[in-house]
Amino acid sequence: MNIVESIRIALKAIWANKVRSFLTMLGIIIGVGAVIIMVAIGNGASKNIAEQIQGLGSNLLTVYPGYFLYEGDGVGVMRSAPTLSLEDAAALEQGEHIQAVAPMVNTYEEVFLGSGNTQTSIYGTTASYLKVRNKELQWGRFFTDQEVADYKRVAVVGSGVVESIMGSMDPGIIGKNIKIRNVPFQVIGVLQGSSTGFYFEDNTVLIPITAAQLRLTGSKEVQEINVQAVSADDMQSAQEEIISLLRKAHKLGPGQENDFEISNQEDILKAMEEATRTMTMLLGGIAAISLLVGGIGIMNIMLVSVTERTREIGIRKAVGAKESNILWQFLIEAVILSVIGGGVGILFGWGGSALASRFLGFPAVVTLSSVVLAVTFSALIGIVFGVFPARKASVLNPIESLRYE
Amino acid sequence: MLLLITLQGITKIYRTSKVEVTALQGINLHIAKGEFVAIMGPSGSGKSTMMNILGCLDTPTAGEYILDGMKVAQASRKTLADIRNKKLGFIFQGFNLLPRTTALENVELPLVYAGVKRKERRERAIEALKAVGLEERIRHKPQELSGGQQQRVAIARALVTGPSVILADEPTGNLDSRSSEDVMAIFQKLHEQGNTIVLVTHEPDIAAYARRIIHFKDGRIERDEVLAKNMEAPA
Ligand SMILES: Nc1ncnc2c1ncn2[C@@H]1O[C@H](COP(=O)(O)OP(=O)(O)OP(=O)(O)O)[C@@H](O)[C@H]1O
Ligand SMILES: [Mg+2]
Repeated sequence: MNIVESIRIALKAIWANKVRSFLTMLGIIIGVGAVIIMVAIGNGASKNIAEQIQGLGSNLLTVYPGYFLYEGDGVGVMRSAPTLSLEDAAALEQGEHIQAVAPMVNTYEEVFLGSGNTQTSIYGTTASYLKVRNKELQWGRFFTDQEVADYKRVAVVGSGVVESIMGSMDPGIIGKNIKIRNVPFQVIGVLQGSSTGFYFEDNTVLIPITAAQLRLTGSKEVQEINVQAVSADDMQSAQEEIISLLRKAHKLGPGQENDFEISNQEDILKAMEEATRTMTMLLGGIAAISLLVGGIGIMNIMLVSVTERTREIGIRKAVGAKESNILWQFLIEAVILSVIGGGVGILFGWGGSALASRFLGFPAVVTLSSVVLAVTFSALIGIVFGVFPARKASVLNPIESLRYE
Repeated sequence: MLLLITLQGITKIYRTSKVEVTALQGINLHIAKGEFVAIMGPSGSGKSTMMNILGCLDTPTAGEYILDGMKVAQASRKTLADIRNKKLGFIFQGFNLLPRTTALENVELPLVYAGVKRKERRERAIEALKAVGLEERIRHKPQELSGGQQQRVAIARALVTGPSVILADEPTGNLDSRSSEDVMAIFQKLHEQGNTIVLVTHEPDIAAYARRIIHFKDGRIERDEVLAKNMEAPA
């Protein structure tokens, strides 16, 4: 008897036992689907957080005024002091390992346009901002160094702000004068929205730092300076350069502490990765349990089904089936059910991940390794627990199998 | 007279956890080609046990079984499967058809394991179903057939491979008298066509179809009688 005939026998047996076949597949579908969805969510979350951090800008170092006071348990407390200025930012631009510098001030204000208004963060910055922060414009243009030097009242707004004050993403915002503390600022550009719509930069208004200091904060103080290193390899050198340039600018003697702090993007990334790793492990645990439960389900049905089918095995053997014929039949049945169940499970996992993406607000990322792991595990259980009991039944005397109740 | 079946000192002992039951105590028996034999005897006398051994569904504890010149008692499980497939056709009291599977597919089953090609398989199965008068029911599943019809499907399955012997253990045991007559008419016809038949029954009027009746008691052959009509029959 050839393999085609064995497959035909197996297909007929699957069809003759539709309900049982379906239940077996269901176990595999749930196991595979759950694992794919869980792993996809965990993965998507990590990716999303990593992207958000990279979205802050690449090779970014941030300088804060003031210094950390370390207390007994090593926890740092920021003591701010108005120690950074636009001159410092200009000084940093001399650094060899430094590509771009964007000083920043920040306030929180109400923004008006006609009848529309919204509460939002206002950032005063320079023309380097786009480059340093890796941002792009949707419409219009960014302000120039000349406009910064001229205290020009111009503004680049985030997409969230446009929606709030115009009611929709309307390019007609360009050229309009928005009012901040009754001072009109002409909108000249709109920032590209982030894919998720949750990014904080969607709800900001950017204006020249000079205008912000003059009209809003009322001081020469700079709250942070974003510094972009030439490349990732230059981060360390750039950091050392910042220290020496600022110490010189601030005329600090050898015995004096730095009156500024530098925060490294990598430090943030590490902290965030730590947090996502915990979440991924949690989801992985849930996935493993789903797989186990699915596996036990498959096991259960396979064991019950072989017990039920001992009579069938007896009948087949009574009319001349060899043990090998019986084993092949059960093996092929288990493989077919595993393959179909695994396939549907993948579709189910995929669809579920897509659905989860909608509710979560970030894309769940299906990974090949989770698909392979889930399908292999389920198929293995299906096959092992389909074939082992069948093997036991196939070596029985036909008459013993037929008597089996 | 061509000898088809020879049993020498066939013994069967069932060992369960506590007791030992000797179901057959050294059976000696010869059956020739073309014979129609009925086996009778009280319940528990070992009739089924012997049929199962004859049908290679079970193995004897001791003794020699020669079928068509072949020593069966020593055969491997694989060879036994082949013998069941090609040389024997077994009919059970409880039909033992595959559920949810059509009459045609049930009858084809032995041919599937014999490696017969699909087209030929189908033709032979339809022919066998015609021989038992079920050509109208080939697409029916067992649960859509009466007991008598199911047993006729089982008979078709037994004879579709053209076996050397047809063995039937109380084939009419689950049937009413009307269906029993139908089934026995088929056995009668098969016998007239030259088939060798061994059949177990409790009913004398069923046994009367046979030409020889073997009486069992306590795992032994008590009496072996050849019916008169066999003598009358022209050679
Ligand atoms: N699997 C078994 N395990 C233990 N004892 C068994 C087994 N099968 C049969 N026996 C015993 O062997 C003896 C013969 O049984 P068997 O089934 O051959 O009788 P029988 O003549 O066919 O009876 P009946 O007319 O009721 O069918 C009985 O005593 C029975 O209890
Ligand atoms: Mg019996």
